[in-house]
This record gives sequence, C-alpha cells and structure tokens, in this order.
Amino acid sequence: MTTSNTGAVAPGVTVPEELSNNVMITNIAKLLDPAYNWARRNSIWPMVFGLACCAIEMICTASSRYDLARFGMEVFRATPRQSDLMIISGTVTKKMVPTIVRLYNQMPEPRYVLSMGACASGGGPFKEGYNVVDGIDKFLPVDVYVPGCPPTPQALINGLIALQEKIDQQSIATAPWYRKDDPTAGLVPIPVLGPDLVDLRQLDTIKREAAKAMAEQKQMEEETAVSPKPPDTQSYEIDKDKQ
Amino acid sequence: MYGLGIVRGMAITFRNFVESYLDDIFWWGKGGRYYNDAALQVRQSLKGQGVVTVFYPEEKLSVPERFRFVPFLVTDDPGPGQKWGHDWCTSCGICAKVCPPQCIWIKRGTQPNGRPKPEPEQFFIDIDICMNCGLCAEFCPFDAIKMDHDYELASYDRTTAHIHDKERLSKPISYWREIAPKKAEAEAAARDFAESNKKKKKAKDGEGGDEPRLAEEKVRQLPYRGEYY
Amino acid sequence: MSEAILEAPGSGAPETLANPVEQAISALKERFPEAVVDDPRDGYSGLVVPADKLTEVALALRDDLGFDYLSSVTGVDLIEDGKLEAVYHTYSIDKGGSAVVLHVQVDRDNPVIPSLVPVWPGADFQEREAWDLLGIQFDGHPDLRRILTWDGFHGHPLRKDWKEPFYEEDTKPFGSRWPAGGVLRAEELNPYGQNVQYPAGWVPTGDEYDVETEMYAITGADLAYSIDASQQMKTDKITVNLGPQHPSTHGVFRMVVQLDGETVVDLKPVMGYLHRNHEKIGERNTFLGNIPYTDRLDYLSPISNNLGYVLAVEKLLGSVVPERAEWIRILTVELTRIANHLWAIGFLLNDLGALQTPMLYFYIERELILDFFEALTGARMMNNYMRFGGVAYDLPDEIRGQATMEFLNELVHERLPRAIEQGDNLMTHNEIVRARSIGVGVLTRKESIAYSMAGPMLRASGVNYDVRKAEPYSYYEQLDFDIPVYYNGDVYDRYKVRMDELQQSLRIVRQVLPHLQATEGAPIIDGKPSYAIRTPQPGEAYGRVENPKGELGFYVTAKRRSSSPERYHVRAPSFINLTSLGKMCQGHKVADIVVILGSIDIVLGEVDR
Repeated sequence: MTTSNTGAVAPGVTVPEELSNNVMITNIAKLLDPAYNWARRNSIWPMVFGLACCAIEMICTASSRYDLARFGMEVFRATPRQSDLMIISGTVTKKMVPTIVRLYNQMPEPRYVLSMGACASGGGPFKEGYNVVDGIDKFLPVDVYVPGCPPTPQALINGLIALQEKIDQQSIATAPWYRKDDPTAGLVPIPVLGPDLVDLRQLDTIKREAAKAMAEQKQMEEETAVSPKPPDTQSYEIDKDKQ
Repeated sequence: MYGLGIVRGMAITFRNFVESYLDDIFWWGKGGRYYNDAALQVRQSLKGQGVVTVFYPEEKLSVPERFRFVPFLVTDDPGPGQKWGHDWCTSCGICAKVCPPQCIWIKRGTQPNGRPKPEPEQFFIDIDICMNCGLCAEFCPFDAIKMDHDYELASYDRTTAHIHDKERLSKPISYWREIAPKKAEAEAAARDFAESNKKKKKAKDGEGGDEPRLAEEKVRQLPYRGEYY
Repeated sequence: MSEAILEAPGSGAPETLANPVEQAISALKERFPEAVVDDPRDGYSGLVVPADKLTEVALALRDDLGFDYLSSVTGVDLIEDGKLEAVYHTYSIDKGGSAVVLHVQVDRDNPVIPSLVPVWPGADFQEREAWDLLGIQFDGHPDLRRILTWDGFHGHPLRKDWKEPFYEEDTKPFGSRWPAGGVLRAEELNPYGQNVQYPAGWVPTGDEYDVETEMYAITGADLAYSIDASQQMKTDKITVNLGPQHPSTHGVFRMVVQLDGETVVDLKPVMGYLHRNHEKIGERNTFLGNIPYTDRLDYLSPISNNLGYVLAVEKLLGSVVPERAEWIRILTVELTRIANHLWAIGFLLNDLGALQTPMLYFYIERELILDFFEALTGARMMNNYMRFGGVAYDLPDEIRGQATMEFLNELVHERLPRAIEQGDNLMTHNEIVRARSIGVGVLTRKESIAYSMAGPMLRASGVNYDVRKAEPYSYYEQLDFDIPVYYNGDVYDRYKVRMDELQQSLRIVRQVLPHLQATEGAPIIDGKPSYAIRTPQPGEAYGRVENPKGELGFYVTAKRRSSSPERYHVRAPSFINLTSLGKMCQGHKVADIVVILGSIDIVLGEVDR
C-alpha cells in the first residue's frame, strides 16, 4: 500500500528516503476508534429494568411509534450479563438500591448508566421521602441524565443519542476496561440495609457522626442531671440560656 | 376445530404485516413515507395505518400548545443592545408556595432605599425535583412563569446543568408566542381586559359604553383562558 | 363477546326503605350497648369500638348485618390525645351504598388491637402496613412483619413525631423557599450527604445485617426432606426468588416461592421496593399539591386517581361541580380505563408468551388516547387534570390537526372498536391462550369477597360489584352501562371481564360525547380556582372510585381551617389484590405464577405507594 508523500509528518521528524512512499501507522487506536465506536454505539443493549413511572415511557419508546430498533437498542435483555446499558427508569428507593448496585456490578464492561427522569437523577418530587435515594449518582457513575417527570419518549431518545455521542468520544487506547490490573476496579460496594441505608464507603463518616452524637447525648444527660439540683443559682440558668 | 383460533390470529398478524407496506406504495412518488412532513401528519393522526414510527430526531412529533416540560420565566423582548428584557415576574412568591415538591427558590430584590422591588433578585428551579405539574404556570397572576416545550435537555452532569438559575430560565415573550400562539393570545386578551376594567374603575365616569362588555365577551369565548382558566 | 353474561344493573339488590348503614349502626349499638358509640368528634360519621369488642363487632357486621366486604384498614396517629386509631371501612356487597366505619382507639405507648385476619383475610397486608408505618400491633396476626420498609428499619415513619432525614418543616410551603432565596439542597444539610439518618450512638460494622432470614423462615423453607408417598423418592423443597428485578414482575416486585419440584407450595409477596412515602409526603403537602402526586400512584391511569382524591377532598370542602366538568371527568376517566385495559391485556398476553405482538398492536391505540390527554392536559402520563370543584382545562381546539369532537368521535366510533375487535379475534379463541389460562388461579366468590379483592378480580369471580353502580359518583347514575360479570374466577375470566369493560367504557364515552357538545362553553370549575384551600370544617372523608384496577379509596382527615390533610391514606387496589396471590398460586406450576400475577394487573407505584 503506497501513497504519495504528501501525508502529514510530525514537525521535527525526518523521514528516511526509503520510507517516504509508505504509510506509517503510528497510532493504531486512531484508525480503529471509528470502527470500534461505530459498532458499539449502534448495538447498545439496555437491560429490562423498569423501576417506576418512567419505565412506562421507556416501554413506549421501545414500542412501534418511537422504535428503539432504529438505534440498534431494541434488544432489551433480562439479564445484566448481556446488557450494556442500565436505564434507571424511576425512583430509586433505599430498599431497592442494593439490588440495583448488584445488577450494575454484574454487567460486563463497558457498561453505561442512563438516569432517566427527575427521581433517578436527584430524588425528584419524592426527594423528601424517607425511603428514597436522592439520586442514583450517589452510588453509580451516571453517564447521561435525562430530566423530566417523566421524560417523553422523544426526550429519552435524545438522551440515548447523547450517550451515543459520548461513546464516540471514547478511544480504544484509553478505554479503562482493557487496562485494568485490579479486576474489582469499577465495582461499587453493595450498600446494606440497617436501621437506615448504609453506604459501606461511608463507614468512617458514620462512625465519626455516631461518636459525635454519643458525646452530645452524654453532655445533655449531664446537663439535665445538673440543672434541677441547685434551685438558687440564677446565674447558671442565664448562662444556659445563652448557650 | 382445534387450532382455528391460532390460524385466525396468524391471519391478523399477516394482515398487519401487509398493511405496514401499504404506506410505502401510497407515498410512492409523493416524497416518500419517511422524512416527509405531509406523510408524518397523516401517519400520526387517526388516519394512520400500518407503521406509525416517527423518525426522531430527523422528524419530530409535534407537541400540543398545552404541553409542559420544565418551567421558564417570561421577560419582555430585549431591546437593541440589551441582553434581557424586563422580567414579568414580580417576585410575589405564589409559584414557590404552590409548587408541590417545592423546587422553586426566589429571593426578592430590594430597591436602594431598602423597600422590596417587584423583581426577583435570584430565581432557581431545581429540575431534578420539578415534577412538571404546571401548577406554577397555572396560578401565576402575572403570566410570568410558563411551561417550556423544549424537552431535549439531556446532560452529562447534573450538578451544573440541572439547577436552572434566572439567566437560564429567562426567555422572551416572543418565544412563548412562538411555541403557544393561541394560548399567548388568549392570555394577552385577558390581561387587556383586566387592565381596561381597572382603568374603568379608576375613571368611574361610566363612559365608553360597550367597549368593556365586548372585551368581556371576547375573553369568555377564548377557549384557553377566560374567567375560568 | 357471545359468552358474556351481563347482569342487569341493580339486580339482586333487595329494595330497602331505610338506609342500610343506619340500620346496621343502630343494630350494632343495640347489640353492644355502651361499648359501641357514635364517634363524638366533629365531622366524623362512624362508630367508636373498644379494642376488646372489635372481633365480635366485625363478626356481627359480616355475618348478621350483611356488611361482608372489608374495604380499607388504616391507622391514624392522634398525637394530641396520645392515641393511635385504627379505621375500618366495611361495605355491603349486596346492598351497595356507603360504609360502616369503625374507629378503634388505643394508647399510643401500648397500641394493641385484635387482628381481623381471622374474620377477613383481606386485612392481612393492610394490618401489616399499619404496623410497619404506625406501629399498631395486631394481636393474633399470623405474620406481623414489616411490609413496605425492611426488617430492622428504625421507627414507624407515619407517626407524627418521626422526622425523616430531609425534614425541613411540618407543612408546605416551606418558609425557606421565599423570600430567603438561595438554592438549598437538602443533602447539604445532612452530615452524610445522603437521605439517611441513624439512631443516636449506632455504630455499624457493615456485615451484621441480615434482613432476609426471617422472611425465608416464614415461608417454611426448612431443609428437612419430605417424602413423596407415591414414588418413595426423597425430594427437597427449594426456595426461589422471583424479583425484585425480573422481567415478569411488572416492576420491582418480588415473590419468594417455595417449590416442590415445579409445583408451588407457598408464595409470599415481598414489596416496598418502590415505597415512595406517598402518605408521609401527602400529609405535609397542601390539598392542591397532592393532586400531581396522585398521578404517580397508578401511573397507567393517572386521571382516575385524580378523581378519587378530588372526590374525597370535595366532601371535606363541600364543592359543587359544574355539569360540563362532570362530563369531561367521565370522558377522561373512561378513556383512562380503556388505555389501562389495553395495556393490561397486552401485558397479560406478554406474560402468556405472546411476546409483544398483542402489546404492540394495542399501543398504537393507546398512543392515540395519550395524544388526546397530551392535548387536553399537557402531559402524556402525569396529567394533573382534576381540580376541586371541576377540571383544570377545557377541551382543546384541535388534536393532531383535527377538531377535538371530530377526533373523539372517530376515536370511539372507529379506531378503538376496530382495535378491540382485532384483539378479540387475535386472542380470545386462541387455543394456547385458553389452555394456559382456563382453570388457572381460581378464586371463588366467597374467597374473593373475604380477601377484599376489587375490580375485575372481583367481577371475574361472580360478584356483581362496581363502585360506579354500588355507590354512584359523578353522573354515572344517568348513564346506561352494564357490569360484566363472569363466574369461574380464573385468569381467562379476568381477561374476559377486561375485554367486556373496554366495550362498556366505549359505550359510556359514546353517551358522554353529545353532552359535551351540548355544554360547549359552559364553566368547567366551581368558582375561581384557588391555591390556598382551607377546610371549612374538621372531619374525615373517604372518597372512592372504580379505578381500572379496582376500588381506589382515599381516606382524608383534616382539622378546621387547615391547608393540608392531617391523615392521608390511599386504599390501593393493586396492593390489596395481591393479598390473595399466594392462595391463587398454590398447587400451580412456576410458569403459572407469572400469568396469575399478570391477571391481577398490578402497578407497583400503587402497591408500594
């Protein structure tokens, strides 16, 4: 394969005479990337994973009027092992989040997470709820957020196109999933259910806060133990009011 | 006969299979079935048969005037050299009070003399909390907050993109007239009517005869907003 | 359609001159003198029953007075009196009409009430919910575990003194939103940055939790071998989880199934994976602010939910609804029913293995109905359409380039009947459908009443009960329609009931359209719409509608001049219909579970709320 010697040459590089008519591929990734990404972006298989109201719009997106098959995404897989994309379609509750994280961990790399709707992105209208996780991004790395409550099918497709554009930006050379020394990298520790949801990455914070709360409680107890004792010390009560 | 039910079902699927190609034949030479506005209109109406797919993003399903996605703030059209026009919002706070998930934060502006200014200093809407219910737009007495039709808001980072501040929220009235012409017209008529009533009350001279009554009738006839919004 | 057995409206209902509710109440007071008294509070209509007499009163109601249907069980926290209250709504299947309401008040520190599960098995999940959220102990309940939260959860969230982690203020609107300004994310205030809160002094290690063991224990998953007598073969029962992530469960629902070979021995539904704290949030919201939240209960029929809630609050407010608004309400609600049943039947067939074909055919028509809703209300799904005393918007001018009335006429006279007929031809006589569904998941008439089933589930078991006929609301009395009733109580009959209800809904819509034309331009709301709504009087109200899934009830209590409900409870048909799932599945094969669940037609937003 020969071409004319008008090809671009990096500045400061002198090409030997005998090689000037040959194509030199110095960066395989640049050649492969378009093909690699083209293949991946047109076969994103989502998981059958409906959480709440947004799931209905997700199903409508897959049905005949909006037709995800045009993007090669119609193959909804019921198992995480065969899927590339997790559409978090609805409110993430504390009771459900260990399952979601486990499913995410079971998905093979490269895996993508699309947060569909207000609830999945930030808790949505149910944010104040005691059983609602205020955003799946507290646990999983989210690639694309689609706002709306619920996003219309066209808005979801818009998000999926944004995901395709993101995939186009990736390079085979820098893709983290081929260059991993630690096989557990990228996995998220599964949170557990205690008196409330426990994020295992936060154990230190929780312990610190618990110690703080305990100290406060002790102080309170001491105060209540002291206060009824001297009825004549007016100055003490004034001090306490100030505190 | 056993199996007849299955055969009948197969006949129906076969008919649907054939029907899905009829449009191709019908629109042959008339611009084709896809990427053709006229064809899309027919396909999405009750006349549509066979394949009803909308080829988003190349062709988009039109949204009705009342469609609501996230809210935006209405301003005057900016004058020459101006970036924004005057806010319609008077920072009365009704939208913040009526919002069911409480996703609106308003800070009222103050005049130099310390008195409140009828214009918001800050206005935030967290669209990760917003439930698109439209109550803010419904109860705003100044038509200053409206529901947007723009649903293409996908982003890569929610912390920066999903809290809409005043700058992001403000859109000129011409934009609202463009996306909801009939509704905007009805609202303008209702405002004019209220204005004329006010003037009439102020003047109190009983002149001008028919004019307010005619306006009232006109407002009542408006389908979107009369006395009963 | 030829197999339909349609019962004439009101047939079998004996004509009684006196109000059956009043009769029952006076009979109860006679039988339990001094124990059972009228509720003394303003605006309350029921009876106050002491806890130790509850079972006797319930038996008398069920067996002697004909109030054999326990619709709703819930609790109320009366923190000012230091009491917890359980509220029971019982109805009469034969006589129809309104409810006999029982209030049982117990001490807040020691809330023990006898369980009504021995009388009505349908109280099972509802009592568990009251235990979970309010901490009322039901003595004698066979399986009193938490149902919506998880075992080990800290506290009982619906008690008034329980504050959630993102607690800001008791009632909306929050003062911080205006005119203080400045976007304030709730997580920024919480030391953990998340929606969590731990009891003081609680130190975790991360591996001491086991919230599942108790659940498996209750399904009887003992590891002992049971001996099959016929084959002298040692068999082992195995426990299988279906869900919470499973393609057949219609959402995040989980079933712990105990199998012997492929036969179901026992099945326990596990729910709460979509528990979004609807009631806690609703007690803080303003009355108006709750309307868009009700959309998200049964998100396949949002307008119907709106109607149920609005009816309940209208009872408190005493609003009058103008004529046109009532017609529009019926139009939208019946179209919602059609959209919902199209979806439900499509999914049932999907569960039966007719993967996607019937579903996709029906979606085309459902999309057209959604187009109408979008043009009318502004949203495809979350319509937020009803208001107290009317509806939010009048009919639009045009839909997809067609005048509205023309569009509706064509839709209900041509498109929908054609689609339903096509679906009927495609599925009803299909031999595979019949083989898979006839005789599967049978529920007898007696069982379906005892289990508090509602909607198509009840009517497929031969019970002629429909709230639209039994206690008519809106203008349903003026409309001519039948209630489809089938008598086998299996999956196939539930499918048939839904198919016939589609026809009946179309019939109703056809009758409504001329009224809409006649009332063109008339007001659609009573008075001027207002956002600051306050109740004129204190009291309780129970509004119920016949939702596509069954009887949807809203129990709302309020104080005088209050802007938000004191207690806001949803009687969710999907949730209560699940009570009988274990019973229906026993003895069937694993594959039938999916079909039986599909035939109940649940929506998880409503199950878990």
